[in-house]
Amino acid sequence: MNSPLISAKAAEEPSVSSSTAVPILDIHDLTVAYHNKPVLWDVDATIQEPSLIGIVGPNGAGKSTLIKAVLGLLPITSGSVALFGQSIKQVRGRIGYVPQRESVDWDFPVNVRDVVLMGTYGQLGWFRRPGRAEKEWAMHCLEKVGLAEMAKQQIGQLSGGQQQRTFLARALAQRADLYFMDEPMAGVDAATEATIFHLLQELRDQGKTVLVVHHDLRTVPLYFDQVMLLNMRLVAYGPTATTFTPDLLYKTYGGRLAILDLAAEAVQARERSA
Amino acid sequence: MMTYNTAIVLMGTAMLSALAGLVGCFAVLRRHALMGDALAHAALPGLCLAYLLLGERSLPAMLLGALLSGWLGVLCVQGLCAGTRIKQDAAVGIVLSVFFGAGIVLSQMIQQTPSGGKAGLDSFIFGKTAGMIALDVYLIAGIAFAALLLLLLGYKEFKLVTFDPDFARIQGWPAGALDLTLKALLGLTVVIGLPTVGVVMIAALLILPCVTMRFWTDQFRSLLIGSALFGSSMGLLGTWISSTVEKMPTGPCIILVGTLLFLASALVAPRRGWLARWRMANQARLHTSLAPPGGVP
Repeated sequence: MNSPLISAKAAEEPSVSSSTAVPILDIHDLTVAYHNKPVLWDVDATIQEPSLIGIVGPNGAGKSTLIKAVLGLLPITSGSVALFGQSIKQVRGRIGYVPQRESVDWDFPVNVRDVVLMGTYGQLGWFRRPGRAEKEWAMHCLEKVGLAEMAKQQIGQLSGGQQQRTFLARALAQRADLYFMDEPMAGVDAATEATIFHLLQELRDQGKTVLVVHHDLRTVPLYFDQVMLLNMRLVAYGPTATTFTPDLLYKTYGGRLAILDLAAEAVQARERSA
Repeated sequence: MMTYNTAIVLMGTAMLSALAGLVGCFAVLRRHALMGDALAHAALPGLCLAYLLLGERSLPAMLLGALLSGWLGVLCVQGLCAGTRIKQDAAVGIVLSVFFGAGIVLSQMIQQTPSGGKAGLDSFIFGKTAGMIALDVYLIAGIAFAALLLLLLGYKEFKLVTFDPDFARIQGWPAGALDLTLKALLGLTVVIGLPTVGVVMIAALLILPCVTMRFWTDQFRSLLIGSALFGSSMGLLGTWISSTVEKMPTGPCIILVGTLLFLASALVAPRRGWLARWRMANQARLHTSLAPPGGVP
């Protein structure tokens, strides 16, 4: 499937691989199990075009598991994953990652800039220490998320939203083409959420692809071009306009009313703005 | 008066405790500190078995035995966690006491043999530097030096894998192997620390420098340098005290010196110390009590 639309886009964006036949991400029949209990079942998805993709589903639907399995952090029971047509081991330099905020100890004795510098470690390779160029790049990434003045603060002194932005800056420092973010907007205030969303858009406009695990159904239509509805199986994947619909959400959430009310609200909001 | 032998022992102790302070930082920050304790207690039976097998006191062989049984102890902890519903703290507790019990039984058996008195196994339980010969110290100092170099070389990689192992893995670092290297360094440190500090108290030599220096700094690099300096000064001071008082074991002296410094830090350290926090809390209360009742209209 070599559509002319994608070729045209690729020609404009030299940073993106020019061989457009190769999908950015190709998940084929992916099954992941913990202790013989399947968490993800037969997930199939192909991302052809740089876009902003929301991964949405109820708690325990396997959203984080999907990201971690694709990145090789969790063993795959069956199926396969290809990133830019290659295995994760071959393309690590093109991958950026924002883990959940709770995944690290925020009392750890490092300052904000040091954490962002860790994003450059992959390009540095064994035993080489970050130098002036890396430090300037880290400061640039911190400016992007509006945290430059906090660079020398110990990470424990940050608010939740600032910690989230620190992780985002670290991912930016990775200079990736494909980003995976696990709930980057969890527990942040409205201003931070706007900053983050702006950044995501900027990345997409630079021809990068960003997959975001997202929990707030109301903002899904606002933020994402594409949406993956996940509940152990991939219920649906496609453009937000045609995928984020009441009946597909019903299938994903299995008729939990409170959530469906939120979803209905979201769909109405989108229809009003359209 | 300081003899040549004392000077060598002091140097060896300083190097060992500096290493323990450094390795301890990684262990404490990675929440593996109790692993060091389990390893130390589990080392005792191996030490005794090596003596029984050889029939004479040879430090390299005994330390090798200690390393092997300490390692077995760590494997047992991991096996218990993976194979049963027992949590890590309980698994450490079980393994630690079982191995230590076995070690004590073995050491009593050795003491009752005609030549057993000369084994000096007591010194491995509470630590004793008096009986050490220069060759022993060279062995300890050599291993400590090599370990220090390795930590220096992989500073960036060890820091990353201690802070965020998943992120390290995504960047392509062999997080498992790096973690294993840190654990191996922890094991080596514990084992070469046994003759000086003893099985019972080696864990404190790992933990005290890091938690004490944490009161004074928020920086990873200064925490490491500070812990190494703190470790070696408590090691030197403790060893010196124990060498001036007859029959005073080294381990407890080192630990008591470290504890005093820890308590002092906990009291007077800026920002994180008790006094500083008490003052801050007081100021906050003062501000609220000075506010006009009912607030500003």
